Amino acid sequence: MSETSLIDWIITGGIILAKIVVIVLPLMLGVAYLTYAERKIIGYMQLRIGPNRVGPRGWLQPIADAVKLLMKEVIVPTRSNNYLFLIAPMLAIAPALAAWAVIPFGDGLVLADVDASLLYILALTSMGVYGVLIAGWASNSKYAFLSTMRSAAQIVSYEIAMGFALVGVLMAAGSLNLGEIVEGQRGGLLHWYWLPLFPLFVIYFISGVAETNRAPFDVAEGESEIVAGFHVEYSGMAFAVFFLAEYANMILIAFLAALMFMGGWLSPFEGIPVLQPMFAWVPGLVWLAAKACLFLFFYLWFRATFPRYRYDQIMRLGWKVFIPLTIVWLVLEGAAVAGGLGPWFD
Amino acid sequence: MAFEKLVFYTFATILVYAATRVITVRNPVHAALHLVLAFFTCAALWMLLEAEFLAITLVLVYVGAVMVLFLFVVMMLDINLAPLREGFMKYLPVGLLVAGLMMVEMILVLRSKSFDAASMPEPLRHAADYSNTRELGSVLYTDYVYPFEIASVILVVAIIAAIALTMRKRPGTKMQNPAEQVKVRSQDRIRVLKMEAESKD
Repeated sequence: MSETSLIDWIITGGIILAKIVVIVLPLMLGVAYLTYAERKIIGYMQLRIGPNRVGPRGWLQPIADAVKLLMKEVIVPTRSNNYLFLIAPMLAIAPALAAWAVIPFGDGLVLADVDASLLYILALTSMGVYGVLIAGWASNSKYAFLSTMRSAAQIVSYEIAMGFALVGVLMAAGSLNLGEIVEGQRGGLLHWYWLPLFPLFVIYFISGVAETNRAPFDVAEGESEIVAGFHVEYSGMAFAVFFLAEYANMILIAFLAALMFMGGWLSPFEGIPVLQPMFAWVPGLVWLAAKACLFLFFYLWFRATFPRYRYDQIMRLGWKVFIPLTIVWLVLEGAAVAGGLGPWFD
Repeated sequence: MAFEKLVFYTFATILVYAATRVITVRNPVHAALHLVLAFFTCAALWMLLEAEFLAITLVLVYVGAVMVLFLFVVMMLDINLAPLREGFMKYLPVGLLVAGLMMVEMILVLRSKSFDAASMPEPLRHAADYSNTRELGSVLYTDYVYPFEIASVILVVAIIAAIALTMRKRPGTKMQNPAEQVKVRSQDRIRVLKMEAESKD
């Protein structure tokens, strides 16, 4: 190979690496402050103050938590499967981070502009279950294993409803590319897919909550029944990695919901006479982040509001309510697409 | 081009290693996990063939769903390893026979004229805007619409059959009736009695 091509490679590789850092660093910061926001928001909802000791108004609390977790010892249980025990957290976080490669943050502002990006996301989020499965099995603990069984069954079930909701989106947009899906929603608040695909939108988000094992679908953790679920044997940084993966997945689901149903980086004031020019200076990234934050707030709100579902109720909801509903709506949507129902499907 | 070769050989090595481990490791959970690795690297190799739709579908279906259920079952079974090793010598002749047969079949297929490198057309390298997903969809729903529809009907029948088999009435199963659960009122479960206060004596 010639010398120039080697240099070319290094430059290309360096640029890609820099882009990855630009995406992952704010994501990790977002995870840290999401935990802070969670404790604060739920605190206020329950008439408490929440963390307020470390730094001004408690702003440094997540940093203190991270340092604490870093300094703690990672204890590997004696009769556990060492190798798998340590590989499980990596299997949890790798798909959670890799999925961000195809998330567009603005018009053309994406690391990998692949055509099948929606499919790629679905494939990678479905891999997150391995972290949970292996963690529970390798720990050699009954509590962890019970949680693994629950969570694996739950994730596999809700993936189907989620996949059907995504099929609805790609039918409306006529593309698997997330950038094109957002562009397909151009034309203001009422042109976004949340309106024609409203049931799918609701099902997608609820399935997303179930997929990330968050309250009220957090039977995988179920403190009152199985201690803390699949990561009961994990300590220190190994536990923190699971935590990071869970929150990174939450942010991912929020971004996806914003991209697919809420117009992504498009301004909500498009087509409104006075407001559109007034807010024209706001960059698309801000709109996208604001919409994602709204969904993240829903996550926290759900956790503060709803009691945990019983396990058989979760399964029932997924299989007997969501899946038939999505199928019915897909048929209706197919008719609307064939009939060219405006303004979404023309 | 050199980079592509490097990627190919890296993934091919991992694939061969993982596939070998699937049949050589003792622990069935490890075997299943190596199979997952084999599927994943296989998907990467398909990606090199510009078949990104099939590659992602492989990960989605096999890694994301089929193998999860596989692992699920293997973990639940808690297989005792000692009796598995006992019958090795007894089954060796049969195993060798089957292996030999498969080897002969593969040699016959691969040596035939249609697998000759010369008879194959040179693979076309597509432009960057080529979408494998779109191509596949347009062929699947036009030229191959009947085979595709028949396959999906067969799948639906299989799903319904599997559900019917598990949902059939058999002794020893406990099933909840959600309709009855919803209909329950507190009066059915507890009875509040009004009674006079009683003194100790």
